[in-house]
Amino acid sequence: MARSDEEIVVGDPAAPPVESAPVASTRSVELAVYLCLLGLAALLAFDNWRTGIGWESTGPKAGYFPFYLSLILAAASLFGIAKELVVRGRGSEAFVTRDQLGRVLQVLAPTIAFCALTQFLGLYVASFLLIAGFMGYVGRIAWWKSIATAFVFSALMFVTFEIAFDVIMPKGPVEALFGR
Amino acid sequence: MEAFGLLLYGFGVLLTWKVLALMLVGLVLGIFVGVLPGLGGPNGVAILLPLTFTMDPTSAIVMLSCIYWGALFGGAITSILFNIPGEAWSVATTFDGYPMAQQGKAAEALTAAFTSSFIGSLVAVLLITFLAPGIASFALRFGPPEFFAVYLLTFCSFVGLGREEKHKTLISMALGLLLAGVGMDTVSAQLRMTFGWSELYRGINFLVAVIGLFGISEILLTMEERLALRGHAASISLRVVLRVWMDLPRYWVTLIRSSVIGCWLGITPGGAIAASFMGYNLAKRFSDDKDSFGKGRIEGVFAPETAAHASGTSALLPMLALGIPGSGTAAILLGGLMVWGLNPGPLLFVEHKDFVWGLIASMYLGNVVGLMLVLTTVPVFASVLRVPFAAIAPMIVVSCAIGAFAIQNAMFDIWLMLGFGVLGYVFKKISIPLAPLTLAMVLGSRAEDNFRLSMIGANGDLRVFWSNGLVGSITTLALVLLFWPAISRAIALVRK
Repeated sequence: MARSDEEIVVGDPAAPPVESAPVASTRSVELAVYLCLLGLAALLAFDNWRTGIGWESTGPKAGYFPFYLSLILAAASLFGIAKELVVRGRGSEAFVTRDQLGRVLQVLAPTIAFCALTQFLGLYVASFLLIAGFMGYVGRIAWWKSIATAFVFSALMFVTFEIAFDVIMPKGPVEALFGR
Repeated sequence: MEAFGLLLYGFGVLLTWKVLALMLVGLVLGIFVGVLPGLGGPNGVAILLPLTFTMDPTSAIVMLSCIYWGALFGGAITSILFNIPGEAWSVATTFDGYPMAQQGKAAEALTAAFTSSFIGSLVAVLLITFLAPGIASFALRFGPPEFFAVYLLTFCSFVGLGREEKHKTLISMALGLLLAGVGMDTVSAQLRMTFGWSELYRGINFLVAVIGLFGISEILLTMEERLALRGHAASISLRVVLRVWMDLPRYWVTLIRSSVIGCWLGITPGGAIAASFMGYNLAKRFSDDKDSFGKGRIEGVFAPETAAHASGTSALLPMLALGIPGSGTAAILLGGLMVWGLNPGPLLFVEHKDFVWGLIASMYLGNVVGLMLVLTTVPVFASVLRVPFAAIAPMIVVSCAIGAFAIQNAMFDIWLMLGFGVLGYVFKKISIPLAPLTLAMVLGSRAEDNFRLSMIGANGDLRVFWSNGLVGSITTLALVLLFWPAISRAIALVRK
């Protein structure tokens, strides 16, 4: 018999209250997305029309296929907009609550910072900073644990990719420090 | 029996220490990825793809496909022990799997899930072994019009048969096709949709998009949903395994039915999600004791798992034989083929025998080894869930960035991945499906090339798509599927 009475419980120390005010409704986000897609479709249709949407002796020109695809994209977005506007009275559920948005930004903002750091400091340094910072600040895990984990993981990645598998990552000015 | 000989040849390719070691590494990584919250089959394969860039194609595909099998096995662990389906197709497994775990029968449920996944995959692999070479050699006669018709059929069946709202599927697909067209046009060598931006000249890489859409967006979603887990620990003893296996023959009807459903929906782009639900529902409908389903009945684990895995595996059949992926993961594997310098399509069976038969042989061996591995190591992997998400999330972000950068050695791709991550998050929340976008991005340029080649051959006459019986029936079928919702409504009206 398995020891299945034993339980694994993983709590979340940073768990905030469940009740939270919605920031946007799904419906308004959906409308915004359709409008963006419509704009994109118009832009792409124009660009492809400039490239050439006609036929020449060797078949359709380069812009032919994408031009009609932009039209399909535009039509589908318009249909979506019309549908959202016509079908009223549908319960407008929350796209994201204030609390959820905060949590998403908690991971999105460090990720953006990580990408920027990768560009200037190289991937491994950025990786160390991201993991240590995220574990320490967001996860509220003891600093020594966070720093040790970040170091081990980054070093492991370095050994795996740069040395064992020959996949070269951007290393920024750190590489120069090692005189390579 | 030609297939049998070739299969033995495939095992010959496989049985070197290096390939076997990679297989084991792939399986362990895969189970790990499957157990981790916020990661599953397609994301795992996409993120770990860069590990294979410098390998030879055969080792690479063996390792990647093993990551996939591993992730499928791993997904069942979280569904049963924690009631968290790792993937949409594990949802049906939780219906009876989690109640079983609550009743203290977690080990039985896990054994049942692993065993039935194994059976489902095995049936699908047998199908691939004996059917794929035939389909491929038939497809060798295809010209551009036939290929375009087949691509069209794939796209249309997604729109017509998908369960999402039609305009959303259409948006996703058109966007994918447009993204695939960015950069240098392969026929006329003209630049398009780049707006003079040199970073876009080389095009938007499909794998970068996938890593963002599935990896980064999944992290955002998991973070938003507040992760708190409560589940059961379990270890599987040999006695439990043997008891479940002794009982297996009693469920042969369910197993066969689910395998057939799975294979059918895997080859046609119906997908594993539909297969798992259909497998479950049919098992329930044909059962004498319908009420016991959902309360921890072992058959309720057998049925969806067998169907989901038969479907997930047989999705590789059209990928190998025709170059058309039957699922998201198959699409990523297809992207891998191109990175390794292989040209997907029926010629693979002629030009790269090592690769194709090595892969097919690895499906047999990978599933057997995977089954043994999960049965013995469940407690180890279940405890992975004790690692706090705050440690896992940044590690996944770093792995995604490594993956995105490594594909073309471009910093721009890391930013692109981030953009796709946000796009994927928004699309998932307003239920615009991502699978059509993925499929369209990977097939887009080949569909367009074949269309334009057909046009050049036929002097711009669209009737070329009805010029012979084969291409004509494929094209017609595609159009019928595209308008299937309207057609079926019309039929219903007439019947009234």
